[in-house]
Parts: sequence; C-alpha cells; structure tokens
Amino acid sequence: MSEAINEKIKNYSTAPFDARFPNTNQTRNCYQNYLDFHRCNKVLSAKDHDVTACEWYKRVYKSLCPIGWVDKWDEQVENGSFPGKI
Amino acid sequence: MAYPLQLGLQDATSPVMEELIQFHDHTLMIALLVSTMVFYTILTTVTSKLTNKNMLDSQGIETIWTIAPALILFLIAMPSLRLLYMMDEVNNPHLTVKTIGHQWYWSYEYTDYKNLEFDSYMIPTQDLIPGQFRLLETDHRMVVPTDSPVRMLITADDTIHSWAVPTLGVKMDAIPGRLNQTTFVVSHPGVFYGQCSEICGANHSFMPISVEAIPLIHFEDWSTSMLAKI
Repeated sequence: MSEAINEKIKNYSTAPFDARFPNTNQTRNCYQNYLDFHRCNKVLSAKDHDVTACEWYKRVYKSLCPIGWVDKWDEQVENGSFPGKI
Repeated sequence: MAYPLQLGLQDATSPVMEELIQFHDHTLMIALLVSTMVFYTILTTVTSKLTNKNMLDSQGIETIWTIAPALILFLIAMPSLRLLYMMDEVNNPHLTVKTIGHQWYWSYEYTDYKNLEFDSYMIPTQDLIPGQFRLLETDHRMVVPTDSPVRMLITADDTIHSWAVPTLGVKMDAIPGRLNQTTFVVSHPGVFYGQCSEICGANHSFMPISVEAIPLIHFEDWSTSMLAKI
C-alpha cells in the first residue's frame, strides 16, 4: 500500500485531475490538500507511523496553492491561529 | 499578435482557439446572411409600388418564418454546445503554472518541483529596444513547453484583474481569495501577448502578459536558469 503511494509520489509531475473539484473554482482543492497534509501528519505521527505517505498531499498543495497563501497559513499554524480544523 | 487596423480575431495558437475561430466564422456568416435577407426584404417592400389593402394573414408564410429561425438557432446551438463541452474536458495537465495579478504587474509561480517565482513588469516605452512591441513586452516572460497541456491557476493579490491571451483563446478573471483554473495547449513555439482584461486602477493598461512557448527539451534549461537567477 505504501509502495503504491511512494511510486505515485516518485512519478509526480503535477496535481492530477481531482473529481471532487471538477469546476473552474479550485480554491477548495488547494485548501483541502493543505488541510489533508497537516491532518495526515498529525494522525500518523500520533500513532508513530511513517509520515512519508503524507508527502502526496504536500506535493499537490504546493502545486496548486499560491506561495503567499501557503506562507500565510504556515505562519498561522505555527502560532496556533490557523482557522481550519487540523 | 494584434496589428494595426485589425478587424478579425488573432490567428490561433491552440486547438481550442482554432475551434473558436471556426465557430465564430460559422455564426457570423449566418448573421450576415440573415441581415442581408432582412435588408433586401425591407428595401423591396419600401420601394414597391404594389398595394393590397385586403391582406389579413397567411398561415403558410407565418409557419415558414417561425420554423426557419428555429432551425437556424439550432444550427448555431449545436456547434456552440459541442465547443463549450470540449473546452471543459478533463485533460490531465503536464504542468501547473500559477499567476497572481497585482497592481500593476503579474507574477508567475512554478511549484511542481522547486519554488520558482518571479514578477513580470511591462517594459516602459522609453526602455524598448528597436523591434520590441510597445505596451506588450515584459521583463520576464511566462515560459511554457509546446504541445503540453498546461493548467493555469489564476488569482489576485489586491483587486480584480483578468489574465488573457487571445491567440490561445484564454481569458480568466483573477479574483482575490479565489483560484480560477483554465487549461491550454500551445501548438507551436513563439511569443504570445495579452493584456489585463479587468479594470484595476491607474495602470490597468500597462500590465501586459507575455507567454513564450519553447520545445519541451529546452524548457528544463530555462527553469534551471531562472532558478539560478532569481
């Protein structure tokens, strides 16, 4: 299972089509992957599992989200003021 | 690109734009034919010496000039919807480029692998070298590989802008807080220009877009050199 995801991460070129977000407005696609990355990290490290699988979400949000948005959110996560549920 | 006294659309540089031009020509031809027919009909009616004070109705002609327009509209709607759905097809991009509209310049981000980002300001008229295009040239161009589906994600930092490149058939609003997606494929190498398409303040006319398409084998050289430079 983890080999499959590692293979996918290795062959990553750009964020693939996500059927959950088929339309022009991709705001939620970016935000959801950002959330999923942090949630994945939180859950897997709480159970002492390998967090490399979360790398997929990171690659996707890095592709989709403007750098300014990511920097702002990272700062908020760091000082505990991030509004989303992680 | 645009040229003086231009009347029609710019030549296509993407398959979608080729289809858009064909649809436009088809619809405009229908419009011209209908206008010519109506103009001729009015002309002959107004200049006719014949009078008939007893004509009240005619089922035949009423039927014809109800069915015929409906048929014409159907012949316009079919290619229109075909093209609309074609433009919306899922196309698995090879590359994602983000562009952010600012007052008054565009910035581009290529973050699939490394974090390449740069600003693209218009070259002022007094700084142009001979052969360059006034109000269209920029200090850094957005470079993309040819024949590769490119996903554009467009947003803005301050007010609403709009990212447009007519020859590629692309226009999408850049709205703060929103990420708008559009895709295109560049058919052949070259430099293609566009201008901000939503009023955004004093220098709205002076924040152009220039896209340079190069073969894929050279694209990596460009991105490596940009990362080193910036």
